[in-house]
Amino acid sequence: MISLETQNLGKWFGKRKVFEGINLSLREKSSLVITGRNGSGKTTLLKILCGLIRPSRGEVTIKQDGKILILEKSRNHIGLVMPDLELYGELTAWENLNYLGRIRGLITGKEDLKEMIAGVGLKDREDDLVSSFSSGMKQRLKYAFARLHQPEILLLDEPSANLDEEGISVVEKIVTEQKERGILILATNQREDLKYADEIIQLGR
Amino acid sequence: MLCKISLSIWMATVIIAVFLLPPPQAQLGDVSRVFFFHVPMAWIAVLAFLLSLIFSLQYLRKKDLNYDIKARTAARLGLLFTILATISGSIFAKTSWGSFWNWDPRETSIFILLLIYGAYFALRSAVEMPDRRASLSAVYAILAFFTVPFLVFVIPRVYQSLHPNDSVINTRLQIQMSSSILIAFLASLVGFTWLFLWIFRLETKINRLLDEMEE
Amino acid sequence: MKSSSWAAKAGWLLFKDLKSEFRTRYALNAIFMFGLTTLTVVSFSVGGISSNTRITSSLFWLVIFFSSMSGLAQVFVKEEESKTVNVLKLSASSGTVLVGKLLFNLVLLLILELVIVPLFIIWMNLSILNIWLFLSVLLLGSLGLACATTITAAIISKSHVKGALFAVLSFPILLPLLIVGIDGTRKSLEGVDFSAGFADLRLLISYVVVMLVASILLFDFVWNE
Repeated sequence: MISLETQNLGKWFGKRKVFEGINLSLREKSSLVITGRNGSGKTTLLKILCGLIRPSRGEVTIKQDGKILILEKSRNHIGLVMPDLELYGELTAWENLNYLGRIRGLITGKEDLKEMIAGVGLKDREDDLVSSFSSGMKQRLKYAFARLHQPEILLLDEPSANLDEEGISVVEKIVTEQKERGILILATNQREDLKYADEIIQLGR
Repeated sequence: MLCKISLSIWMATVIIAVFLLPPPQAQLGDVSRVFFFHVPMAWIAVLAFLLSLIFSLQYLRKKDLNYDIKARTAARLGLLFTILATISGSIFAKTSWGSFWNWDPRETSIFILLLIYGAYFALRSAVEMPDRRASLSAVYAILAFFTVPFLVFVIPRVYQSLHPNDSVINTRLQIQMSSSILIAFLASLVGFTWLFLWIFRLETKINRLLDEMEE
Repeated sequence: MKSSSWAAKAGWLLFKDLKSEFRTRYALNAIFMFGLTTLTVVSFSVGGISSNTRITSSLFWLVIFFSSMSGLAQVFVKEEESKTVNVLKLSASSGTVLVGKLLFNLVLLLILELVIVPLFIIWMNLSILNIWLFLSVLLLGSLGLACATTITAAIISKSHVKGALFAVLSFPILLPLLIVGIDGTRKSLEGVDFSAGFADLRLLISYVVVMLVASILLFDFVWNE
């Protein structure tokens, strides 16, 4: 049983306010969509939720079975897909997932990883260097990376970026799965993505 | 206002006394009067570094940007006084020992302090975001501080290896401190410390206002 | 399927970095080019004067220091520039990152020295009278260098200027190490007893310990914003 809450979350970069007063309360099987113009802070909010950035004010509390998880532990329960996140171009798709998994402390066999890579539509490309991938393929691999440790919380920033129809259907499948087993938070400008939402908040008013 | 006036009077008195009293080092004559200024300046340079360190630690603990302002102000003043101490010390060295720079332990230490301050400000000017700038410079200040004990042990050996036969130049010419000279010296020390603290408070206020104005 | 001690995780980070490095060779190229060029210039100009141990030991550490400055910052700068830093932040704890990256810098340095040191000895016509002292000083010095440069590299990787700033920040921090290293190397060239070198070795060990402790305490503030 996973839960994510924020209390009075606010972020300033120097004097510039990005947002403030964000209160969220999400439990399992819920989904949230964050909308807003470009620059309204959607990506920043996601970064704060997964611990990449610290908030200026307020707190993010992630609990599992009622126990609060500290940042170091909560990292293993969150997955993130974001434009500003790149995998290692000089390594192959499989090497990326394998090494990053091991650095996290996961031991996943090559066959399982191959399956995950195939699952995002990159079948038979696991031994190709990521630098040879198109942006759509890289985006798909990011999904595989985000779900490597089967996180209960999935954060997606611009989920359909760079994806063709087939890619988008992969995302739809992932999104539906995630809503069943955990928490889904999406940041987007696309109207079509709103359909995933149980709850919508808008930034930058 | 009162503070400004009393400080001015104090410093004026000190300066006059420095020139009226007999020179502290009879052999060197008038030149040795720089001792009244040089030593306090060097002391302030070190004090400023310590203050900068303390404020850096506080920033990392509390994440309050006011501490960053204080750390940076202390460092700026520290840099100023380090330069002054280096120049005054160098002049003293030239007139008493014949060369501007000797790499003796004190000169070397003050030079390294200069390098650390320089690096600190180079780092600050290379980071734009205020929180990041504050964290990174605080970390560097603390890191630099960790190396200071080593310098204390290591530098004397450097001098010994460079000038193995020169115990004569290395010993500070003994300064006989009669009571009047001692009083003048302490007064100068107090005066400079007071001056430093006063400028520090002023600059901190100014910097805080400047930062708020940018909003 | 969870596993692993923190040591294993750091080990995997090291392995990944080494693999990346051998494929791209950014840092290796920089370090080797710089090291060989400096060494060549030094031996052309000073090569014959091997009898002056003071000069030789200084030049030795000069070559190592400047080679380090040209390549040891890559470990963090590359991650920031290719935007892979986020992926690492999501996967690894700050402790894992520090240890992994530190080991990587150490390995890089040792690889450099494996080539440069024999060349230095040959081209400068060195006779090392106390080889054990020489090696101990070199190893401890390299360890200290790796520790200090890793935290500094992390700091400058978050700045705008990066390259020049690395040397500016590292130099004051590394000064004690360089001074003691030069002294120790000089003694080893002159063939003093191992016990006479203890003072230097002790200082080197304490430097390594202090830098390690400082890095462990401070790295978190640099890595996590």
